[in-house]
Amino acid sequence: MFANLLRLYQLPRLVLQALPSRALCASEPRFKLDACNIYEKLKFEFDEENKKQAEFLMCSYPEAERRAALLPLLDLAQRQHGWLPITAIQTVAEMLKLEPFIVWEVANFYTMFNLRPTGKLSLKICLTTPCRLRGCEEIMLTCENMLKLKDDETSDDMQFSLNASSGMGACVNEPVIAVNDDLYEDLDVLETEKLLSELKLGKMPPASQCRDRFASEPRSGLTSLLMEPTPAGYGMQELYSKLKPC
Amino acid sequence: MAAIVRYNLLTKPQFAAALPAALQLRLQSTQAPPPGTPPPQTKTKFGPLADEDRIFTNLYGRHDWRLKGAQKRGDWYKTKEIVLKGPDWIINEIKTSGLRGRGGAGFPSGMKWSFMNKPGDGRPKYLVVNADEGEPGTCKDREIMRHDPHKLVEGCLIAGRAMGAQAAYIYIRGEFYNEASNMQLAIAEAYQAGLIGKDACGSGYNFDVFMHRGAGAYICGEETALIESLEGKQGKPRLKPPFPADVGLFGCPTTVTNVETVAVAPTICRRGGNWFASFGRTRNSGTKLFNISGHVNTPCTVEEEMSIPLKELIERHCGGVIGGWDNLLGVIPGGSSTPIIPRKVCDDVIMDFDGLIAAQTSLGTAAIIVMDKSTDVIKAIARLISFYKHESCGQCTPCREGIGWMNKIMTRFVKGDAQPSEIDMLWEISKQIEGHTICALGDGAAWPVQGLIRHFRPEIEKRMQQHAQQSKRVTN
Repeated sequence: MFANLLRLYQLPRLVLQALPSRALCASEPRFKLDACNIYEKLKFEFDEENKKQAEFLMCSYPEAERRAALLPLLDLAQRQHGWLPITAIQTVAEMLKLEPFIVWEVANFYTMFNLRPTGKLSLKICLTTPCRLRGCEEIMLTCENMLKLKDDETSDDMQFSLNASSGMGACVNEPVIAVNDDLYEDLDVLETEKLLSELKLGKMPPASQCRDRFASEPRSGLTSLLMEPTPAGYGMQELYSKLKPC
Repeated sequence: MAAIVRYNLLTKPQFAAALPAALQLRLQSTQAPPPGTPPPQTKTKFGPLADEDRIFTNLYGRHDWRLKGAQKRGDWYKTKEIVLKGPDWIINEIKTSGLRGRGGAGFPSGMKWSFMNKPGDGRPKYLVVNADEGEPGTCKDREIMRHDPHKLVEGCLIAGRAMGAQAAYIYIRGEFYNEASNMQLAIAEAYQAGLIGKDACGSGYNFDVFMHRGAGAYICGEETALIESLEGKQGKPRLKPPFPADVGLFGCPTTVTNVETVAVAPTICRRGGNWFASFGRTRNSGTKLFNISGHVNTPCTVEEEMSIPLKELIERHCGGVIGGWDNLLGVIPGGSSTPIIPRKVCDDVIMDFDGLIAAQTSLGTAAIIVMDKSTDVIKAIARLISFYKHESCGQCTPCREGIGWMNKIMTRFVKGDAQPSEIDMLWEISKQIEGHTICALGDGAAWPVQGLIRHFRPEIEKRMQQHAQQSKRVTN
């Protein structure tokens, strides 16, 4: 059964995404796994700290509905291992008393779960219309040139992977690059080059800091919220409270 | 995904209730308006909003977002009294305010919350906050969650009290890791201060708030898909009915609301529904967060009064369109799924639900994408369609196949490699997708194409002619 699973998890990219850049990736897999000893090679177990974390996560949901913790647990497993091997999927399935295939199905649906190895730093660049209007294509080109990677590829030393993405939720601060969990906003080509060379040196510059403004305010200076925030109870209506406990 | 709800999916009593308040007034003109009717609007000019009337006072993160700073700005002030006022009072206040859902559909919130107040059958009730903000152009909830998380936590308590819910789940998109950790900290602080949890705020009401991170799927912003995803399944929308208010999360009555809707509730309860209704035109009342991105001089997020003219909004807060107003080509006024409007419509369009419906588009999430004349508008829309093709969950054939076809046709339109008759074919496909799917993702993909054909047909035809001439030259 699990040999079948393994074949399945390699299938989607081979068949569905036979684009030139991806076909290259698919025809020369960097990780040749022998289906027979996959469980030895990809042994997965939550470490002590994450076990506690998993217990905590499962407590957020009603006793009978533990399945709801599936996404958080998969995320935890991916954080520990770097990607989601089939063995991690099985571990999670055992914890939640689910069929492994069901867990695999869910993991395959969501784009944030990597079912095959990715680089240590995963760079995602938003290429949707609002970003395109602010010149994200140049940023993408810069990344491609500096990392010598194409879209959806991982470097040989497993340090970087590059993905075109869409809808980062920071459209006012675009162009943006997401490096793992952090967003780097308000970029231009120069800034991107600086960011990439620092990343190459193994440094992580502080994220979510825009160049010359706070968060999403207008760059030329505030047009609203010029005065101090109103104090507590400002403009409060009368509450004729009948104090009766709920 | 924006919470687009189709009115044709509502049951009859719900629909009658959702009819415009003005219409109801006309029907019963001899009687006094029922309680919860917003006061009539007497103003005729809307915007700019005064600073003391802004709800999100820490929008740009210039102040402390932790509990202490939030309390200084007025969060958690007399929350106990509001909770003790009870569900009917809170819902009446929200109804009076005329607040409509801020996630895209614009359904009256007071009414939606009151659907939960049916006599209980022993099942617990849940409030689910939709923080799966993935619509290209939209980034308002992110600012709330990272800079004003306590407004949301307090809003959960008040909205939960109005519905009689026992817990709230905040479903936040997976990519927002730092925002989620701010949120988690705020929730922990509120628990420690006894503001939520057992005996929340000392009111005797028990209420829990949990956070759940998604894993990157645009479709999970649809309310039933969000519920499925929260239950640990693939995020595929469910058929309605049964509506979530009857069978929702874990089979229990559930209401799914947008972050902004929940976050403004405490301020409405404090300052009164009448205060909130004093902004914007009747049936479009309140203040709203606008995200303005694209070809403007200073893109920004700003809280403004509803019904503010689009031109004033852009010129006041964004330093105008790059190259001046005359350089404007068109605007997508409410996030990627709303139809584009050309410049001549932009000149005097009013930014509210009714004003934009009159312009054959929609307010959506009020994420304004501005395009100047340097934009290749066909390519811009084609890019959106490829986004929708990628995000279609694949349940319904019209959406799964139709958007794929639209994508192929649009890709050829970008080059001009098509016949003019295909424009009508594309229109026909978009009409066949719209309204024939379980959720509104299909509609959201069809509308941008319809907007493009409606307003930029000559542009498409011109490109086809150019391409035809070029290829003729090559063959000769």
